[in-house]
Amino acid sequence: MIPAPFTYKRAGTVDEALDLAAEAGEDAKFLAGGHSLMPLMKLRLAVPETLVDIGRLSELSYVREADGHVEVGALTCHDDLARSDVLRSTVPLLAHAAGQVGDPQVRHCGTIGGSLAHADPAADLPAVVLALDATLVIRGPGGSREVAADGFFEGLFETVLAPGELLTEIRIPKPRSAGWSFQKLTKRGIDWAIVGVAVQGSNVALVNMGSTPVRAAGVEQALAAGAGASDAAAHAADGTSAPDDLNGPRAYREHLARVLVGRALEESAARA
Amino acid sequence: MKVTVTVNGGEVAAEVADRTLLVHFLRDVAGLTATNVGCDTSSCGACTVLLDGRSVKSCTVLAAQADGRDVVTAEGLSDGSGELHPVQRAFRAEHGLQCGFCTPGMVMASVSLLSENPSPTEDEVRTALEGNLCRCTGYHNIVRAVLAAASERQPQ
Repeated sequence: MIPAPFTYKRAGTVDEALDLAAEAGEDAKFLAGGHSLMPLMKLRLAVPETLVDIGRLSELSYVREADGHVEVGALTCHDDLARSDVLRSTVPLLAHAAGQVGDPQVRHCGTIGGSLAHADPAADLPAVVLALDATLVIRGPGGSREVAADGFFEGLFETVLAPGELLTEIRIPKPRSAGWSFQKLTKRGIDWAIVGVAVQGSNVALVNMGSTPVRAAGVEQALAAGAGASDAAAHAADGTSAPDDLNGPRAYREHLARVLVGRALEESAARA
Repeated sequence: MKVTVTVNGGEVAAEVADRTLLVHFLRDVAGLTATNVGCDTSSCGACTVLLDGRSVKSCTVLAAQADGRDVVTAEGLSDGSGELHPVQRAFRAEHGLQCGFCTPGMVMASVSLLSENPSPTEDEVRTALEGNLCRCTGYHNIVRAVLAAASERQPQ
């Protein structure tokens, strides 16, 4: 299988990437690690006319500590996130979850920005940045803007990114609580999660329980009201609209969410 | 577009279509057919090669993305003197294969693992090979081979 024909352009800087995307118009896509986009293009589910390769913008590959938060460049690959000493000590949830994405080959290519911009509700990192209350920094032809993670995901594979806009940085407030956990169930290591859970302190976010990653509001409210892990976990599926597909019927996913949230809250409490 | 890739230490340059995949560049342009196309959906790992030293699935990378970079395939592991790479030797000694189709990818993923983690545990080997499917062996001999290669490289 090969993708439909397209024009390949390679950007050397962020400015050049924005210019190339603006020139190419609405049918352009940014190519980061390519491990979400290329499979879709090979299946002809995505048919961009122009690919703007941003994979070599080393200026967007970094993890650095700032005052009260950690800045992660959008082109940092999963493997680098998993091995980052800064992340492991300040935001271990993200380092750990990045090490669980796909398989080593995928983690060598795939990037955090690519994963977020692709917005697959079954992907791990969208729920993780939601649990971390991250802010996403976006650059476009008109300048820069910042969007909270809970306002970034709009629907299945849809985000607030307009054509020509580029996600450049993920800004993560240093967690106030040390407790965290990431749990997911996959059939094989390389598969997407049937259901996943990211917990940071009292924030709980779910993978693949709707058309976007979602906060488990029922669980968070129960925790805030003083409920224990197992009582709070009983609310894991409240208000969700989990997919019903070959990987599992909705009722199974709802059950799984309750089980995984329970485990995640216990693990998080043990780390706090 | 013109793509120039350093493959196994030598430069390979060609004018190719923008949509050319790295695995096709390696097989059809460079003429190196150890790298197999298996699932063609980045699941099976049969097409695994090293790109700048790290394992990638070459069915999901454009040749253009490898332009100016360094690729190593199974053919590039030994120096041509007839001496096999320690990982290749271990796969043979431990019989880490049956039909052999997944083997080049398994070997390249193992080489990448051992460069990142020279003395992995059995669990770490199994986790590191999650992206490589073998339909014959049940993996046991493959895992033994990787552990044997690791201990050969680090004599106690």
